[in-house]
Amino acid sequence: MTAAVDHVMPAPRQRTVRRNWLRSEQGRGFTLLSLPFLYALTFLVLPMLVVFAHSFWTQTYLTIDRSFTLENYRIALTEPIYRDLLLRSLFISLTVSVATVLFAYPIAYYISFYGGRRKGLWLFLITVPFWTGYLLRVMAWKVILGYNGVLNTTLMGLGLTDKPVESLLYSTNAVILTLIHAWAVFAVLPVFVSLEKIDRSLIEAATDLGDGPLRRFMRVTLPLSLPGVTGALLIVMIPTVGDYVTPKLVGGTEGVMIANAIQAQFGRASNWPLGAALTVSTMVIVTAMAGAAVVVMRGFVRALR
Amino acid sequence: MPDPNAQTGKAMIEISGVTRKFGAFTALDRVSATINEGEFFSLLGPSGCGKTTLLRLIAGFDQPTEGGITIDGQPMEGMPANRRPTNMVFQSYAIFPHMNVQENVAYGLKRMRLDKAEEKRRVEEALTQVELGHLGKRRANELSGGQRQRVALARALVMRPKVLLLDEPLSALDKKLREQMQVELRHLQKQVGITFILVTHDQYEALAMSDRIAVMFDGQIAQVATPKDIYQRPVTRQVADFLGGMNFVSAEVAAENGTSLTLKTRGFGQVKTERPEGFVVNGGTATLGIRPERLRVLWDDDRSENEIAGRVVDRHYFGEITHLIVEIPDLETPLSVIETNDFGADDIPVGSQIRLAFDPDALVALRD
Ligand SMILES: Nc1ncnc2c1ncn2[C@@H]1O[C@H](COP(=O)(O)OP(=O)(O)OP(=O)(O)O)[C@@H](O)[C@H]1O
Ligand SMILES: [Mg+2]
Repeated sequence: MTAAVDHVMPAPRQRTVRRNWLRSEQGRGFTLLSLPFLYALTFLVLPMLVVFAHSFWTQTYLTIDRSFTLENYRIALTEPIYRDLLLRSLFISLTVSVATVLFAYPIAYYISFYGGRRKGLWLFLITVPFWTGYLLRVMAWKVILGYNGVLNTTLMGLGLTDKPVESLLYSTNAVILTLIHAWAVFAVLPVFVSLEKIDRSLIEAATDLGDGPLRRFMRVTLPLSLPGVTGALLIVMIPTVGDYVTPKLVGGTEGVMIANAIQAQFGRASNWPLGAALTVSTMVIVTAMAGAAVVVMRGFVRALR
Repeated sequence: MPDPNAQTGKAMIEISGVTRKFGAFTALDRVSATINEGEFFSLLGPSGCGKTTLLRLIAGFDQPTEGGITIDGQPMEGMPANRRPTNMVFQSYAIFPHMNVQENVAYGLKRMRLDKAEEKRRVEEALTQVELGHLGKRRANELSGGQRQRVALARALVMRPKVLLLDEPLSALDKKLREQMQVELRHLQKQVGITFILVTHDQYEALAMSDRIAVMFDGQIAQVATPKDIYQRPVTRQVADFLGGMNFVSAEVAAENGTSLTLKTRGFGQVKTERPEGFVVNGGTATLGIRPERLRVLWDDDRSENEIAGRVVDRHYFGEITHLIVEIPDLETPLSVIETNDFGADDIPVGSQIRLAFDPDALVALRD
């Protein structure tokens, strides 16, 4: 510290000042934050920057041409194959997230309102299927939906069809069904938490003011649980857009999603810049969709009042 | 609008033999009472005695195990809470957090499908009644405790219920605001003429506001009477004790008939009192009670027909009053005496001999 020498202020004083700053509210805040910040920088920001940078470069056989270009984005957003994949991914993730929340809400509602002293046990039981690996659970769906699977055998046994339904497995529907099952718990929890937070006397007050069960649900319970519903929607929507294991295993050719294309670019096709451009485009679009979902839910709350 | 001050004497609520059990625990035990139209009725009792339970049975949030409740001549059995002619001010106020003050107050009106102008007029009227006219657009979480309480009140009043149920509506407020709200609530009740049932564990609140009070202990109603009667003529020792200080004196029953008792005490001589409701002579002894402020210090040459002499053993100063503990030779427990300080009761030395005057009418026989 040359400054200490130059200035009239003696060095020990400066050290005290510095120690005091470390102890101050602000100083402690920064100190506490520094580790998570470093972590986020290394594992989140840096990889994203690498991807972002690649998306403006060009693959030339084995090397990468680092001159700036928007060509990758043009391909990603206008080539019919990528556009269709992206649209289908968005459609699947939207369907899955809405269906998952619709499916999870009654479960969360039941546990919160009728779980009594067993709430903890109920929640615990719901997580049990998730102790097995994700791959195993997807495989289980293959067994259920397959050509000679449980569902087809049952349908034939009941005489509803005379030969196996082929479209069950390796279709968009199979992807949707498997994803709903995979994400259900993650939707139950936020909805459950927001239902738990509702003061029960508010529901009694609504009853007292003349509302029957349905009206008071629409006017009090649902609006007050919407933060949880929005949370659940986003928790499911964002990661499902980028899922590539499920479509690969149960989607067949029809159920391919954008992440499969991205994986192909980084893998077999070995075109990192195009893969990066696809990644960034997907990220931006998903963010926009999530934002739109939040806005729609807000409007919904206002309309319910 | 009904004549606000008229209590028609017509029964509004009839509670007959209501019992509510939670498993093996009996929260309410054969409770019966009649509450009149336009009456300000209080349920008073210590914590856990079943006040809220009874109120919830009236509101319809809970069903009696036995017995029945009638509101305005209509039996309420099987009638859900949303169809009863009652409205409630909750202890926690239960203001809807996702709505502003106006929307809260208009909540119950929405279902009636009034036209917009009429709805607005009624909301404004209710808000003016509770002096919140200027806060209509505020969100629930931007209100003070007193304001929340008023919103809850307006939200219930705007429904024009036959009966308004209030569960300790003032207990969350500080002392000063509470006293102000007691007066306002009483005025409001007179003004709207609706039957109010107030739950409280504060005896002063019940005494100051009610037309009649039901004192409850352990799921049973011990006494129903006007504030003055409850205070001056409690029928049991428990009631007497719950409503302020009381000196208890044991006595022998000298004579009895259907309406009166003649009791012989050692300190107070022979007194004739009203026979309390449900009094049974048990082994020829009874307990008499006299309120500390009904004993008066006799100065110098003052004389009274009814005197009792003793020695001051302790003295507590409370500003406008002094509390004297006086030992009487014949009595096993010393008497407590409350005297105002305008004659210098605060200067009576501990240890001095004094004489006390009492009014035999102030002595009441109590059931144990
Ligand atoms: N749902 C319930 N299950 C079991 N016991 C209950 C239930 N509700 C109330 N009780 C019991 O019934 C008794 C009366 O309760 P209540 O709430 O009526 O008391 P309270 O007079 O309102 O008391 P406080 O002044 O404390 O509000 C209490 O002992 C309480 O524990
Ligand atoms: Mg209570």
